[in-house]
Amino acid sequence: MSLPAIRIESVTKRYGALQALDGVSLEVAQGEFFGLLGPNGAGKTTLISALSGLVRPTSGTLEVMGHDVVTDYRCARLKLGVVPQELVFDPFFSVRELLRIQSGYFGIRSNDDWIDEILVSLDLRAKAEANMRTLSGGMKRRVLVAQALVHRPPVIVLDEPTAGVDVELRQGLWQFIRKLNRDGHTIVLTTHYLEEAEQLCGRIAMLKAGRIVALDRTDDLLRRFATHSLRVRLSNPDCVPGLGGSVEVGNWASFRFDTYADVEPLLARLRQSGAGVEEIELGEPDLERVFVEVMNRA
Amino acid sequence: MPDSHYRPVVSQWIGFRTLLYKEILRFWKVALQTILAPVLNALLFLLIFSHVLDRHVTVYGDIGYTTFLVPGLVMMSLLQNAFANSSSSLIQSKITGNIIFMLLPPIAYHEFYGAYVLACILRGLFVGIGVLAVSLPFVDLAFAHPWWILCFAVLGGATLGTLGLIAGIWADKFDQLSAFQNFLIMPLTMLSGVFFSIHSLPKLWQDVSHANPFFFMIDGFRYGFFGQSDVSPWLSLVVVSVFFVVLAGLTLVMLARGYKLRA
Repeated sequence: MSLPAIRIESVTKRYGALQALDGVSLEVAQGEFFGLLGPNGAGKTTLISALSGLVRPTSGTLEVMGHDVVTDYRCARLKLGVVPQELVFDPFFSVRELLRIQSGYFGIRSNDDWIDEILVSLDLRAKAEANMRTLSGGMKRRVLVAQALVHRPPVIVLDEPTAGVDVELRQGLWQFIRKLNRDGHTIVLTTHYLEEAEQLCGRIAMLKAGRIVALDRTDDLLRRFATHSLRVRLSNPDCVPGLGGSVEVGNWASFRFDTYADVEPLLARLRQSGAGVEEIELGEPDLERVFVEVMNRA
Repeated sequence: MPDSHYRPVVSQWIGFRTLLYKEILRFWKVALQTILAPVLNALLFLLIFSHVLDRHVTVYGDIGYTTFLVPGLVMMSLLQNAFANSSSSLIQSKITGNIIFMLLPPIAYHEFYGAYVLACILRGLFVGIGVLAVSLPFVDLAFAHPWWILCFAVLGGATLGTLGLIAGIWADKFDQLSAFQNFLIMPLTMLSGVFFSIHSLPKLWQDVSHANPFFFMIDGFRYGFFGQSDVSPWLSLVVVSVFFVVLAGLTLVMLARGYKLRA
C-alpha cells in the first residue's frame, strides 16, 4: 500500500479557551481529490495551517508524503503547495518576479519554463510583467494558485479558492485543478460552494467545532444522509399536507423519499386524492442537504 | 509532482539567497525613498549644523566641527536605515499578509534571519556611502583606519537590522513600530555623540552615554576616520559585539519559536 499523501493523527490546537481542533485524525491517499467542509469557524483553515506549518499543533502529528511537518519540515513543505484563502500579494513585484522569487524560496534556481507553463495554463501570460497592484481580484487569485505550483508539489491544498471569483474564472480554475488531479496531484479543497465539492471531490470530511463529524466517499455520504425529492405541480394542492408534502408557490408541492420505488405509490395517492398532477420533477440527493443533515445531527 | 514530470533541482542555499535578493530588490525599487531621501536629510543636517557651529567649535584638539560631524552623520544614517529596512519590510508583510509566502517554503529560521540582516547591512552601507559622498566636498576627511570604519559600519548595520527584526516581529500595528522607532531608536541615536563629543558633556551625562551602545558604534566608527575617539576602539568593539550577539540570540529564539509569526 502506498504512502498516504496526508496523514493527520489526533491533532489538537488550542488558542486559550478556544479548542480550534479537537483530536482530528484522517488520511488522504495519493491522487485523491479530497474535500474539507464545515461552517465558518469549524477549524478547516486551522487544520490546513497546521499542515503547512503556519500553525503549531498543541498535540498530534501531521505528515505530508510521509514527512513530519514539524521535525522534517523542509521535505514536508517541498511536497506541499498551499493556495491561501486571503487575497494577499506583494505590491513591490510583477507577476513573473513574484513567481521567480517564490521558486527561489523553494530552492529552485532556473524555473522559467515551468513558470511560463503555469502562466499559460492560468491565462496569466498577458499579465506576466504587470505589477501585482494593477491586477483585478480574479487575476490575483490566479497568481496565488500559480505561486502554490511553482515547486511542482505533489499535494496541493486550496483554501476556498473560488470565494468571490466570477463564474468564468471559477470554471477555468476547476478545469486546471482537475487536470492537475488527473496528472496525479493530490488535491485538498475547502469550499463553501457545496455543489463544487460534490462535483469534484471523491471523498469528503466534514468538520464542526474542531472535530470530524463525517468522513466518507462523496457517493456514500449522499446515499446515507440525503433523500430524493419529487416536485409536482397540481391542479388542486389541498391534499398535500395530508400526504406528508409541503406546498410551494405556483401550486407546486414537494415530497421527500428514500428510494425510487416510493414514487409510484406516492403518485397513486395523489391521483386518488384528486390533486391532478400536471407536471413532475425528480430531484437527486445533493451535498447541501447532506451537509445540513450532518451538522444538525453533530 | 507526478513522477512523469521533470523534477527541479532543489538547493537549500537558494532559498536564503532568494530571500536576500528579494529584500534588496524591495528597497532598491524604491531607492528614491530608501536611499536618496536619507542622504538628502543628512546633507541638510550637515549644512545647518556646520553653518551654525563650524567657526565656534573644535574637537579632539584641531578638528573642525563639520569634519567631526560627518562620520557621525554617516553612521547615524546607516544605523537608522538598517533598522528601517527590516522593521518596515516585516511589518508590511505581516499587515498585508504576504509574509505567508516566506513562511510556507522550507526556509530555516537562521536563513530568514541572515537574509534580512544582510539586506539591512547593504542598505545601511548604500546610505552611508551616499552621505559620505555628498559630504566630502565640504570637508577634508582623513581615513586613518579604514578597517575600523568597515568593521563598525557592518557591525552597526547588523545590530540595527536585528533590532529592526525584533521590532517588526513584535509590532502588530504601524504605530507600535513607530513608537519603537521614536521612543527608543531615535533618542539612543541622537544622544550617542553624533553631534558632539561626550567629553563636552557634564560628568553625569558622560556616564549615561556609556550605557548607550549606540555611543560605542559612533565612537568606534569615528576612530576609523580620525584615529582619535572618546573611548578605545577595542572597548567599543567589545561592547557593540556583545550587544549584537545578545540581540541576534534573542531574535533567533523568537524566529525559531515562530513568535508572532506562526500561531
